[in-house]
Amino acid sequence: MRRSDLIASPTLWVGVLFLALLFGMPQLAPLFQWSFPGVSPPVFERGSFFALWLSHAGLVLVAGGAATIFGIALAVFVTRPAGRDFRALVSTLAAVGQTFPPAAVLALAVPALGFGPRPTIVALFLYGLLPIIENAIAGLEGVPAATREAARGMGLSSWQLLRDVDLPLAAPVILAGVRVSVTIAIGTATIGSTVGALTLGTPIFDGLAGNKLPFVIQGAVLVALFAIVTDMLFARLERWLQPPGTPA
Amino acid sequence: MIELDHLVKRYDGRPVVDDLSLTVPDGAFCVLLGPSGCGKSTTLRMINRLVPFDSGTIRIAGEDIRAVPEETLRRRMGYAIQSIGLFPHWTVEDNIATVPRLLNWPRTRIRQRVTELLELLRLDPESYRGKYPHQLSGGEQQRIGVARALAADPELLLMDEPFGAVDPITRDALQNEIARVHATTKKTIVFVTHDIEEALRLATVIAILERGRLAQWGAPIDIVEHPASAFVRDFVGGEGSGLKLLGLRKVAERMRTGETAPGAALPADASLRDALAAMTERHTDRLPVADGTGRVIGIVMLADLVR
Repeated sequence: MRRSDLIASPTLWVGVLFLALLFGMPQLAPLFQWSFPGVSPPVFERGSFFALWLSHAGLVLVAGGAATIFGIALAVFVTRPAGRDFRALVSTLAAVGQTFPPAAVLALAVPALGFGPRPTIVALFLYGLLPIIENAIAGLEGVPAATREAARGMGLSSWQLLRDVDLPLAAPVILAGVRVSVTIAIGTATIGSTVGALTLGTPIFDGLAGNKLPFVIQGAVLVALFAIVTDMLFARLERWLQPPGTPA
Repeated sequence: MIELDHLVKRYDGRPVVDDLSLTVPDGAFCVLLGPSGCGKSTTLRMINRLVPFDSGTIRIAGEDIRAVPEETLRRRMGYAIQSIGLFPHWTVEDNIATVPRLLNWPRTRIRQRVTELLELLRLDPESYRGKYPHQLSGGEQQRIGVARALAADPELLLMDEPFGAVDPITRDALQNEIARVHATTKKTIVFVTHDIEEALRLATVIAILERGRLAQWGAPIDIVEHPASAFVRDFVGGEGSGLKLLGLRKVAERMRTGETAPGAALPADASLRDALAAMTERHTDRLPVADGTGRVIGIVMLADLVR
């Protein structure tokens, strides 16, 4: 990328803003004190925002990574001749997973898994599966029939067909699904704080419980910026993953 | 030699290929010809096992194709289809190199082969090898499709209406190319089409299929001169078959040697149809005929055409 593109890139500036707030929030204490007199302390201080973000990002990474691997694997399975009969079932199950409110999943998962990060990971995983499965199926089914017919006629094995033709051509659509899933997961992960996971939602729920509005704002702004930066990075990845020779 | 022996394929109990037996000799340009739904494509796709058959056998050079693993079998045959199916994310070079790479040819040999094939299909290797399919015209894409099918020097070339989706001028050029490729490489070609003109132009032998059965098998001229049934007669063009016959015969067959006539000479290997067209245009009943070097060797007369 050219230097001027880098400087003009919104991704860079939003990223800088996010990092500045992540590390510099305590420096804004006078501003919050002035805006919300009577709230003390003015900035959340039960843990560093960086530590909260690290834990938050870890939860999203584990749940999103698992949903990506599992979702793509399922989509690949139901688009092969052997798994075609399961296609409708898998789509329905994924849709049901999406309709379950994550808060309900948390409530159900806590008795089984205890407090802490684990119920949050389960909820994020189930909630994030649908966009990944749906997009991966759409992407794999969108590979031109003529290309697959020619590939089989050339003597590509099923595995070579998947690796060399289906996955590269479906990659942009699959990645778009991962992007939606991960962006949603970043927002949803905040409710994990209600069952003892450390996330950027922790200041939000602390603020709600203790009637401390600045905490809510601090958590919410950081979560939103985190989601936006991630989304922008995915957009770049999508452009980069676009197979050569296909118009974007 | 390809032998199809009592081949049967049913879909939902209904036979689409019904007890089909035929033998394609080595080096033949065999055209499977017939209307939509006659089973010609299915037959072609059974030869490379893209479609499994219910009974019968197919042998290539005496070997039962079911004794060979599917992928190995397909890598030994070239395959080109109407919708071409180039890999859009690969360059022309990578597309052509598909089968050689599957066969683990050394890189330098693959590169050399791609150059050879692009030259054979009259595309400049250096300007085309790095292009992507979407940068090519339909005709160019189909040339690459044919080059890809020929890449690993297959013993047999299977083509399923390869020129069905291109404009008439490009189709004409591509038909010339494939005729030339056949003459140069002497490969056995099995070619599916519903276009009688294309069949008569390219085939050394034609199999006409009617509802999954062999309606007639023979050289193009036999089929036009002696249709075996009303179906074949209708299919090869009833009224128009006279013109088709003229198209199949060479001027050399009807030439009178030792005479001469004014005007530009017709080559001896032109068809009688070309001769008729030239006479009509020039309002004359006789034309000079020249050999390959351009030397006038005789004349052809209007009356000779209808003899």
